[in-house]
Amino acid sequence: MSAPAAGAAKRVLAKGNEAICHGAIAAGCRFYYGYPITPQNDIPEYMAAHMAEHGGAFLQAESEVATINMILGTSSTGNRVMTSSSGPGISLMQEGLSFMVGSQLPAVIVNISRSGPGLGGIAPSQGDYFQATKVAGHGDAHLICLAPHSVQEMYSLTMLAFDLADKYRNPAMILGDAIIGQMKEPYDPVPYVPAVPDKPWALTGARGRAARHIKSMFLKDGEIEVHNWKLRDKFRKIREEEVRFEPYMLDGAKIGIVAFGTAARVAKTSIQSARKEGIEVGMLRPITLFPFPEEQVRDMASGVQKVLVVEMNTGQMVEDVRRSTPHHERIHFFGKPCAVPTPDEILEQIRLLAGRKG
Amino acid sequence: MTKDIIMAGFGGQGILMIGNLLALTAMEEGKNVTYLPSYGVEMRGGTANCTVIISDEEIGSPVVWRPGSLVIMNGPSLERFLPNLQPGGELVINSSLVDARKVDRTDVRLFQVAADEIARNKIGSRQMASMIALGAYVALSGVVGLETLIGCLPKVISKKYERFIPLNVNALKEGAALAGIHA
Amino acid sequence: MKQVFDRPRTLLDARFHYCPGCHHGTIHRIIAETLDRMELRENTIGIAPVGCAVMLYDYMDIDILEAPHGRAPALATGIKRSLPDRVVFTYQGDGDLASIGMGEIVHAANRGENITVVFVNNTTYGMTGGQMAPTTLLGQKTTTSPFGRDFRTEGYPIRMAELLAGLEGVAYSTRVTVSSPAHIRKAKEAIRKGFEMQLKGMGFSIIEVLSTCPTNWGMKPLDAQKRVLGEMAEYFPLGVFKERKQADFA
Repeated sequence: MSAPAAGAAKRVLAKGNEAICHGAIAAGCRFYYGYPITPQNDIPEYMAAHMAEHGGAFLQAESEVATINMILGTSSTGNRVMTSSSGPGISLMQEGLSFMVGSQLPAVIVNISRSGPGLGGIAPSQGDYFQATKVAGHGDAHLICLAPHSVQEMYSLTMLAFDLADKYRNPAMILGDAIIGQMKEPYDPVPYVPAVPDKPWALTGARGRAARHIKSMFLKDGEIEVHNWKLRDKFRKIREEEVRFEPYMLDGAKIGIVAFGTAARVAKTSIQSARKEGIEVGMLRPITLFPFPEEQVRDMASGVQKVLVVEMNTGQMVEDVRRSTPHHERIHFFGKPCAVPTPDEILEQIRLLAGRKG
Repeated sequence: MTKDIIMAGFGGQGILMIGNLLALTAMEEGKNVTYLPSYGVEMRGGTANCTVIISDEEIGSPVVWRPGSLVIMNGPSLERFLPNLQPGGELVINSSLVDARKVDRTDVRLFQVAADEIARNKIGSRQMASMIALGAYVALSGVVGLETLIGCLPKVISKKYERFIPLNVNALKEGAALAGIHA
Repeated sequence: MKQVFDRPRTLLDARFHYCPGCHHGTIHRIIAETLDRMELRENTIGIAPVGCAVMLYDYMDIDILEAPHGRAPALATGIKRSLPDRVVFTYQGDGDLASIGMGEIVHAANRGENITVVFVNNTTYGMTGGQMAPTTLLGQKTTTSPFGRDFRTEGYPIRMAELLAGLEGVAYSTRVTVSSPAHIRKAKEAIRKGFEMQLKGMGFSIIEVLSTCPTNWGMKPLDAQKRVLGEMAEYFPLGVFKERKQADFA
C-alpha cells in the first residue's frame, strides 16, 4: 500500500509500522537507513520500496552502529532522516545518539521494542522505557520520546517527532512495541504541513559563506560546561512546552491509572468494564514520555485515592510517577514483563484497589 | 456493538487474507476496527491466526483472550482456541479438516462448513476454502454486509492475482448461501 | 616580483597543534592545495576523525563534520547519499580506520561509496599516548605492547590499501608517504586522483599515507622520517594497488 496523499479525507487501513512510514514521508523524510531486526522489518521493507519514488534514498547499513552514523551524516546536511530498530539495535546506536545530542542534530529513531535483556525475545515489551527516556548514550543527553497507542498516532506522532526534532535540534524517538507495530486499524491521514525551520547550521559546502562545523567536542576552558548548560536549558524548555497526554474517563475518578502505549490501550478496555461495574476509574496516558507529564500526574494523583501504574515491564515509568507526586502511598504497580496484560488482569487490579472481590 | 473474532488455520490457507478483508470491509462501513496477525516465531510454526475486532465504540485492547467468535480452519486451531470462546459465541469450523465431534462444548453456536470440499468441487479451487468460511461467518453474524465484503475484494487482492477475483466472489457467496443468506 | 609560495586558500591561518616532525600538517596542506587547485573548497564537506586530527576544522576552511571514533565512512555515506553532487572526504588514522572503524570502512568501500578516504598510518594511537595500533609493526614497542608486538599474541600489522583493493567497489587504492619533496608530489597527485575519481562518480578511493609519530615512537623527527622510508615502507610497500579505468567501470 502506498502512502495516501496529504489531505486525503478517507481513512486508511494500515499496519502501525506502515503508518510510521506514511507519516515520515508526509513529514518530508526522504532518507532512511537501517538494519534488519524483528519486529520492525516492515519499516525498512516499506522504505526500500518507496524512498526512491519520492526522490530519496534507502540504504541497508552493515550494522546499527553504521546506521546511526549514516543518520548523523544525512542530518548534518539539513535533510530529514529516519531509522527504526528494536532493543539490541537501539543499544548499539547509543554512542551515535549521544553524538547527535551533543552536535545538536535532529532525526527520528523508531524503537519497535522487544523483550530484553540481551537477545530476550520478540514478544512485545515496554522494557526500554528507561533507555528511551533517561539517556541518549553517555553524557548529559536526552531524547525526545513519543509513545503512540494507536495506528493513528503511529502516523501523526511520527510527523510530530520530525517537527520537534527540527525545532529543538535533537533526536526524537518513537517508542512502540510489536503489538502497535503489527496491528492494523484505520487512520485518518489528516492534512499536515511539515514545520521545517531554516537550518543555518547545515553542511552543504561553504559556497559564498563562512565554513560551518558540526561537532560535539569542546576542549577550550569552560566551553563544555557552557555547552551542557545550553543543552539543559533546551531540555527544560522541552519539559515546559512539549508535554502531551490523554486524560481518559478521569472525571470523578477515585482510581487513576497511568499507562502508555499498548498497556494503555488494554487498560482502556479494563476501564470500560470497571465503569460498567460502577467503579470510578480513569486514566492519564502520557503521550510524551520525555518530557514526562509530571504536573498532570501530580494533579491527578492528588485528586484520586489510588494510582495504578500499568507497564509491560517490572516497573520503570512507575519511578517517574513517584517522582511526580508526594502521595507515594497511593501508588500501586501492576507489571507484565514481556507480555501484554489481559483486560481481565488489569480489571482484577482495579477491583482489588476498589475493595471489590473479583 | 462490538464483535471480536479469532480466525485460525494452517499457514497458506489464507487466514490473514480473510482477516484483512473483514477489517477493510468494517472500515468501509464506517466502523472502528483492529486487525492483529500472529507474527514472528509463530509465523514459522506452520499455523496462522489473526484477531479482528469490529465496534461502534473506541476499541481498547487489540489482543483478545476470550473471543466472541471463532473461524477455525484446521484441527490444531480448534484445540487451541475453543476453550476460550465465550459462552454463546459463534463457532464456524471447516468440517473438511476439523472433526466436529471434537467440539466438546454445548454452550456455543456451532456452524459446520465443508469448506475444502466445496472449494474443490463447487468453486474449482481448494484455495477458496477460507473465503467460503468467511462468507458463512459474515452471513451468520451479520457483522458486515455481504455486498460491501464483495466490493472490498479488489482492495486486498494484488493486481497479479486479479483474475481470481470472480472465484473469490463465488466462494464468499457460496459460504453465505450455506448460512442461509443469498446474495 | 613573482610570488611563488603562499598559504593555500583552504588552509586557515592557524598554528598546528601537532608535534614537531608529525606529518599531519603536511598532509593537511596538500589536501588544501589540491582542493584549491581543483576549485573544490566551496563544494566540499570533510569528516574529522577521533584522533590527533579531530580538530581538522581549526585548520581547513571548509564545512566539516566531526565523527564518532571509526564511523567517518558511515557519516560520509549519509552526507553523500543526501548531497551526491558535493565532494566528501574522510580523514582517518590507523586506530580509527583499521581497528574500531574496520566494519564501516570495509562496507563503505564494498558499496563503492563515491567518497575519498585519506588514511594516515603512523602505526600507533597518537592522541591517547602511543598504544598499539592494528598497523603497529612486529617487534614495535608501544605503551600497550611494551615487549614489542608479537604475532603470536597480537597478530600481524594490517595492510589496508591492499585489503581494500581486493573489493569490487573500490576505484582507487594507493599507498604514499610525505617523507621527501618527491614523495609529497606523488602523494598530492594521489589525492588529486582520489577527488577526480569521485567527481567522475567512479566509486570509492583510498589514499593511505605512511606518516610519522616521533613523539610516541620516541624518535627525533629526522629519524622518524627514515623509519617511514625504511622498515615501514618495507612492510607497507608504496604503490598503486587498484586503479579503475573508466572503461572497466560497470
